[in-house]
Amino acid sequence: MALYLLRRIMQSGFVLVAMSLLVFIGVYAVGDPIEILISPDADQEEKERAIRALGLDLPLWQQYLVFVSRALQGDLGRSFVFNEPAIQLILQRMPATLELAFGSMIIAIIIGLPLGLYAGLRPDTWGSKTIMAGSILGFSLPTFWVGLMLIMIFAVQLGWLPSTGRGDTAVLFGIPWSFLTIDGLSHILMPAFNLALFKISLVIRLTRAGVRETMLMDYVKFARAKGLSPTRVTFVHVFKNILIPVVTVLGLELGGTIAFSVVTETVFAWPGMGKLIIDSINVLDRPVIVAYLLMIVVMFIVINLIVDIVYTLLDPRVRLESKGT
Amino acid sequence: MRITTAICALGLMAGAAQGQAQAQTMTMAVGAPVTSLDPHFHQLSPNNAVAQMVFSRLVGTDAQSRRVPDLAESWTAIAPTTWEFRLRRGVRFHNGSEFTAEDVAFTFARVPNVPNSPSSFAGFVRPITRIEIVDSHTIRFHTATPYPLLPLDLSNVYILDRETHQNATTEQFNAGTMAVGTGPFRVISHANGDRIVLERNDNFHGEAPAFARVNYRMITNDSARTAALLAGDVDVIDQVPTADLARLRADQRVTLSEVLGLRIIYLSMDHERTGPSPFITDNDGRPLAQNPMKDLRVRRALSMAIDRNAITSRVMEGSAVPSGQFLPQGVFSHVPGLQAPAFDAEGARRLLAEAGFPNGFRVTLHGPNDRYPNDGRIIQAIGQMWTRVGVRTAIEAQTWTTFVARAGRQEFSAFLIGWGSNPDGSHPLRNLTACFSRERGWGNSNRGRYCNEELDRQLITSMQELDDTRREQQLIDIQRAVFADQAIIPLHIQTNIWASRRGFVVTPRVDESTLAQSVRPATMR
Amino acid sequence: MSSTATPAKIKVETPFRRFVSEFAASKIAVGALLVFTIIALIAILAPWIAPQNPYDLAVLDIMDGRLEPGAVGGGGYVHWLGTDDQGRDMLSGIMYGLRISLLVGVGSAIIACAVGAALGMIAAYAGGKTDSAIMRLVDLQLSFPAILAALMILAFLGKGILNVVIAIVIVEWAYYARTVRGSALVERNREYIEAARCLALPSRIILFSHLLPNCLPPLIVVGTMQIARAIALEATLSFLGLGVPITEPSLGLLIANGFEYMLSGKYWISFYPGIALLVTIVAINLVGDQLRDVLNPRLKK
Repeated sequence: MALYLLRRIMQSGFVLVAMSLLVFIGVYAVGDPIEILISPDADQEEKERAIRALGLDLPLWQQYLVFVSRALQGDLGRSFVFNEPAIQLILQRMPATLELAFGSMIIAIIIGLPLGLYAGLRPDTWGSKTIMAGSILGFSLPTFWVGLMLIMIFAVQLGWLPSTGRGDTAVLFGIPWSFLTIDGLSHILMPAFNLALFKISLVIRLTRAGVRETMLMDYVKFARAKGLSPTRVTFVHVFKNILIPVVTVLGLELGGTIAFSVVTETVFAWPGMGKLIIDSINVLDRPVIVAYLLMIVVMFIVINLIVDIVYTLLDPRVRLESKGT
Repeated sequence: MRITTAICALGLMAGAAQGQAQAQTMTMAVGAPVTSLDPHFHQLSPNNAVAQMVFSRLVGTDAQSRRVPDLAESWTAIAPTTWEFRLRRGVRFHNGSEFTAEDVAFTFARVPNVPNSPSSFAGFVRPITRIEIVDSHTIRFHTATPYPLLPLDLSNVYILDRETHQNATTEQFNAGTMAVGTGPFRVISHANGDRIVLERNDNFHGEAPAFARVNYRMITNDSARTAALLAGDVDVIDQVPTADLARLRADQRVTLSEVLGLRIIYLSMDHERTGPSPFITDNDGRPLAQNPMKDLRVRRALSMAIDRNAITSRVMEGSAVPSGQFLPQGVFSHVPGLQAPAFDAEGARRLLAEAGFPNGFRVTLHGPNDRYPNDGRIIQAIGQMWTRVGVRTAIEAQTWTTFVARAGRQEFSAFLIGWGSNPDGSHPLRNLTACFSRERGWGNSNRGRYCNEELDRQLITSMQELDDTRREQQLIDIQRAVFADQAIIPLHIQTNIWASRRGFVVTPRVDESTLAQSVRPATMR
Repeated sequence: MSSTATPAKIKVETPFRRFVSEFAASKIAVGALLVFTIIALIAILAPWIAPQNPYDLAVLDIMDGRLEPGAVGGGGYVHWLGTDDQGRDMLSGIMYGLRISLLVGVGSAIIACAVGAALGMIAAYAGGKTDSAIMRLVDLQLSFPAILAALMILAFLGKGILNVVIAIVIVEWAYYARTVRGSALVERNREYIEAARCLALPSRIILFSHLLPNCLPPLIVVGTMQIARAIALEATLSFLGLGVPITEPSLGLLIANGFEYMLSGKYWISFYPGIALLVTIVAINLVGDQLRDVLNPRLKK
């Protein structure tokens, strides 16, 4: 296990270096930040001063080396636009995004799991068919479109929920959170639901598929034959078995959710990391883009690792195998 | 009916409204994100708008962009190369520190030396060769040559306090701790990219703002901003999307405030190449040996082929006015009588035939699709119009980041772009149509590389003319010549539009700044 | 369509007839397949059946912009679904838009599938260093948010249908590689491969004649779903201002263009393309769903 972890971490380190190079070159290739940032009436003298000030007068490889040597000391560069450390900017925005991502996962589980169970246990009822058709809609609807529809209906037409922004926050561990206030909760509901839409469908389908497969398994047949109550069979034998894929996929999805909250955050003006990256791309704030992408990569690596470990703990077969190798 | 209601309301609730207004919080949403509270870090309009709320300048600007006294009560050129500014007495910074001439000198020294600034304010103080402090409230600026534009330039520089800001960093400004000025509002908190909370400065030297507390929020998505207004989450929004104009005009709960701005949308053409231009071919797709854009007749034809009224009414939904020059009427050095070219498809075809293109040619028209209101739609509409007179036009719209870098490298043959002018003809002339010159620092946004040395010589003369009447006439003459030569193809000047919920009145500003002090409760007027 | 034709090759395991009858067991899936066939036909035949060529600037007129459904424009014919802001006939726009959306979706899925499957098989078969090199590449790819990757690729390449396809292929090949490798790993240890190895057949033959056909079922399922995903991704990219050029709008771009007008009551510019997009994606997903049920041997009674 320890060896396996060590090997994974080393591989991850290699991935990180490769990504930093790719991202750096990729970001470098797109546009010229000075053209975007500088006032249009600035003269050549001012332009050259700005280019030097931002370190853009060096050749690409030198810029990369400067970046790497600083990154090794924990400094991922300063934002061109905010003149603050990029990492600090991102960390400031991170709680808002995490809150949104976890909110959407909770919504996905609360809605998805019961519906999926029902659809799996009673596959031929009218209700199940509706649920499954609905889950396909959840996969098919583009996020941006649903987000704007939600705002149109619930904020503008009905006036039930605030349209955009984060609302009141309360401080916990020195960080402002929205979910601790009623106003904050009312703000988070729509964007979290919007972000959850895809995952609700995912959970429904995973649960249903899991239930259907498990119900055919011998041990479940045996449990039923033994005369155990259907409730007990469902919640002890079936439920346990389907949790593994649901946990795995949702875990993997967490990273995706955080990364893809870009669209939801843009639509709902949610001040998270996703909005920061879109704003940064719009003004070619290279240090922030690079720092953000690298943090996403790190996050994915960590999440994958955690999911692997959790998976090992949940499924004895995997544990045996990894011990064997 | 509405007026009666208003009067009734005024009579009944005058006292109440007054009291209410004192306690009220106003929330406004802006479309462009504010990136820094350091007033000298990044010359960017949203940042400048916030600076106008928190800080003050020597020379202020009113809603019509006319220069008005701010921290300076008056200014005169006491000698050809010396400007004297008399400063207001009794002004205090938010922390109680007194404003004096020393603070001005300190500010001007800090401006060119802000670390890591991506676009500094240095250009505004560069003409000053020496600063002379006469007494605590009189200051003189010496320039190398007579410089009539100094008051205009100084209306961009926000004054800091020598005692407070001695070693202040941009980070400290952003955190709010150093965002201490002499403006109508003080900063309570700042959440980057999300909101700034402001509180009224009760010791402000100008007109007192109407609201005790202001939430200044940033909602960059257009639809979301309108939705926030309609849902009642915010009281005022700026940059109202043109698509929502019709609906908002009809909505009783919403008031629109509009004024013709200083931003012109225009087409620029490749003036640099005499040989083949990269995106122009004949009708069979072969490059043309000569760049047709060098021919005045072609440029005029392309301008005449554009139905500007169709664009302003259909695409811009009335939120722009066709223009034949840089500046709108009523602004210093507007050229009287120079109308937007009339739409004349027949005339355009004739001119093209005269220029040797009876069957037209092919061109790609480039433009951004995320920079100006409806930019992508405008170039498509122009594509339709040019194609109809025989110039078969392909459209390529790109994100601003990609577009502006390529335009700056002269990669295009024809492209759409915009320009926000200062209220002085010398500003667009120097930057858009003057020859690109490092030494003079001119032609900085002249991406088509138009060049006419004779006009530049005239511009140099006018730049040293201290008599405003004579200077205005010189600028008018130069602009006439520039547009007669069709250096650019002007399309329209945009209207700046704010929308507010009932109960709030916005004074629209020509300079596009969205300021909390521009908003008042409706019943107080 | 292709989804029904390809399984013919895998009759080793599932006879074609049995596959068809099992697929047809679900009326919904058959209906979805029918709908998809019609959509595909409309997309292919668009230049001949659309009332207008919506990409020809010469026939568009902004004076016909934002006409309501049923109005008659300057062209003298009825715009059954209205016009957009440029005076583009929405019905024609949707027909041509379907063409682009399907081209992007199917095209990118096929290329990504070919690239991904090849690499996945090689990884599974070769094992060792090759396997871990390829799989690290897969991890690298999957660790990178698809939208951000596509955004950067497009910013670099510029707009255009081909560029969108390239971006989507780069973003999606890893899914196929992972899927194929997974099922190939299972198949690799089966007796028939052992047997083939014992006969000393060349790797190439074992890979493509023996291993690949048996990895096809999961690949088809993933492929179908990825077509839908690619279409949605393209719509989102266009919404963000990248993606296809504005003069040749896909369904996603039509929706994005029209959304601004939604609040002011001009619903048709955004609504009808939205419906077309939805129907297309739902139909593909329904077909894919049934394919999965049919092709998953573990679900068989």
